[in-house]
Amino acid sequence: MTKILSVKNLVIKFHTFDGVVHALNNVSFDLQKGETLAIVGESGSGKSVSMLSLLHLLPMPPAKIENGEAWFYGAGKEPVDLLKLNRSGISKIRGGKIGFIFQDALSALNPVMTIGRQISESTMEHLGLSHAKAKEKTIKLLDRVGIPGARQRYDNFPHQFSGGMRQRVMIAVSMACNPKIVIADEPTTALDVTVQAQIVDLTKELQKEFKIAVVWITHDLGVVAGMADRVLVMYAGAPVEIAEAQDLYANPQHPYTIGLMNALPSVKGHEDSRLTSIDGMPPDLMEEPHHCQFAWRCPYTFDRCWKEIPQQIMVGENHVVSCFFDVENRRPRGHV
Amino acid sequence: MQRYILSRLIQSFIMLVGVLFIVFFMLQLTGDPVALMVSRNASPEQVEELREELGFNRPVMVQFADFVSKAVRGDFGMSLRHHQPAMELILERLPATVELASMALLFAMVVGIPLGLLGGSNPGSIWDTLARGAGLIGQTIPNFWLALILIMVFAVGLGWFPSFGRETRQFMGLALPTKSVILPAFALGLFTMGQLVRFTRSAVLEIKNEDFVRTAYSKGLADRRIYIKHILRNAAIPLISILGVQFGYLLSGSIYIETIFSWPGLGNLLAESIGNRDFALVQAIAFFTSLVVVSLNLTADIAYGMADPRIRYGE
Repeated sequence: MTKILSVKNLVIKFHTFDGVVHALNNVSFDLQKGETLAIVGESGSGKSVSMLSLLHLLPMPPAKIENGEAWFYGAGKEPVDLLKLNRSGISKIRGGKIGFIFQDALSALNPVMTIGRQISESTMEHLGLSHAKAKEKTIKLLDRVGIPGARQRYDNFPHQFSGGMRQRVMIAVSMACNPKIVIADEPTTALDVTVQAQIVDLTKELQKEFKIAVVWITHDLGVVAGMADRVLVMYAGAPVEIAEAQDLYANPQHPYTIGLMNALPSVKGHEDSRLTSIDGMPPDLMEEPHHCQFAWRCPYTFDRCWKEIPQQIMVGENHVVSCFFDVENRRPRGHV
Repeated sequence: MQRYILSRLIQSFIMLVGVLFIVFFMLQLTGDPVALMVSRNASPEQVEELREELGFNRPVMVQFADFVSKAVRGDFGMSLRHHQPAMELILERLPATVELASMALLFAMVVGIPLGLLGGSNPGSIWDTLARGAGLIGQTIPNFWLALILIMVFAVGLGWFPSFGRETRQFMGLALPTKSVILPAFALGLFTMGQLVRFTRSAVLEIKNEDFVRTAYSKGLADRRIYIKHILRNAAIPLISILGVQFGYLLSGSIYIETIFSWPGLGNLLAESIGNRDFALVQAIAFFTSLVVVSLNLTADIAYGMADPRIRYGE
């Protein structure tokens, strides 16, 4: 497998009137060509911020990228650092090389522009297509994402579609210019469950067909299990565990991941057994982290957890965890 | 859409009936017009005779019914002062007012909308300071004061423009505006310009943060395209209704400006006829102005519906 994206030591702070919000603290991960990486975590853990920042889509100010690199290997022979690109440089990547699917397609689509135009304007910009050619390509694409009567629907407006159909249009927008990566920011959250499954299936199909790497941001571990190759678990602005999906479900290493797994309802569970939850609240991001951010809620803390920020430790092939404690063996990890 | 237009039509009609009612009865409260028309030492018999001749001795309700039935045929009676049909006088003066209002609106749009767009898209920049300044000045400077200053500086002092009156240039049967319209149009349009700057600026600021604008950026579109096709296109919808209201205001609200610049328009005529208690003429102008405002609002509402697909394709 070859890398398509490599993010290193990304640090983002929001400078607000109330103080500095430490949104991302040292985020590093790789994305392989054609794989699906799920990023899970609760609200405010930095899932969306990390991906929006790569395409300069965060409002800056207040957001500021304090440190980090994001090497993208899909634009020509040489890798480029997305964070260092200028306006015109990043415009070529946006939509052209990296597509975005947003959560609520109703508000994410322009209400007064036909959906056809919203797709074809992107292909005209990046692929240099003429009006007529862009329209033909768009109609094919609408047909491919499962919009019945695509030719007639080309001239419809977003409010004339159902929620699921709108999300299909959104997918078509993101994939219109044959990107290398598609970032899906909770695309199924606003949809009902049967439609969710259709959208997940459609994304998987298109991903195979066009060989796209997908980053799927979600807090739904059920969706993750069904589609992700690898999972990145985030907590309070930092990745706590990265592993292959099956490995993560079978063998979670970080106390937070373990807590999440225990909070899932199980088919085999006893009828009257209650779901467990993780005690406590996520930390206040206004304070600069000096130690493990999960320490307040962690049942396994020992003195070191309150003194240092844990680095990423390899605990298996493709399995990385940021924790000083080896939960399985009930002892602190040695220096690795 | 048809239902939408129909409901607006009905609303407009009800509004006009209300206007007729108010116009007629308000004037009844101002005193006896006949007292102004006869000489000071006329005998009571003579006054009574004139009242009878002009129909002012009939019961008020009868006068009103008579007024309405004639009004719907465009007959507002004879001007008491000019001895000419009121409607004829209005139509005579109309071109001057339309010229002034159109020029004022043109000035307000050409300056106001781009300035609001520039300010709203770069908040905190020099453009934004300029936009906010223009908005504030436009909305706070009283136009009658501004008119006097303009005359002092540009007409009397520098002699660039005439200080009063309207001149036109004939071209293929059309009376084209000359520089005589510039000072009054500027004085009249400044308030509307301020409104448009402020409105455009805040609409752009708001729409800039909408999700669909982020989507537009995520597609890698050029800034210019995003501002024109995505932001301004959405801001234009509420802007249309503002423009309708403002044009109505400009067409009807130019009494001060027309009087100061001796502009031979409707506002001037209205001021004069109120002073003369010229019943028929005041009623005719008031009704005519309302008709213009109501139909402009109706047009704006329909245009608003056409511009917004959510209404156009609604039920």
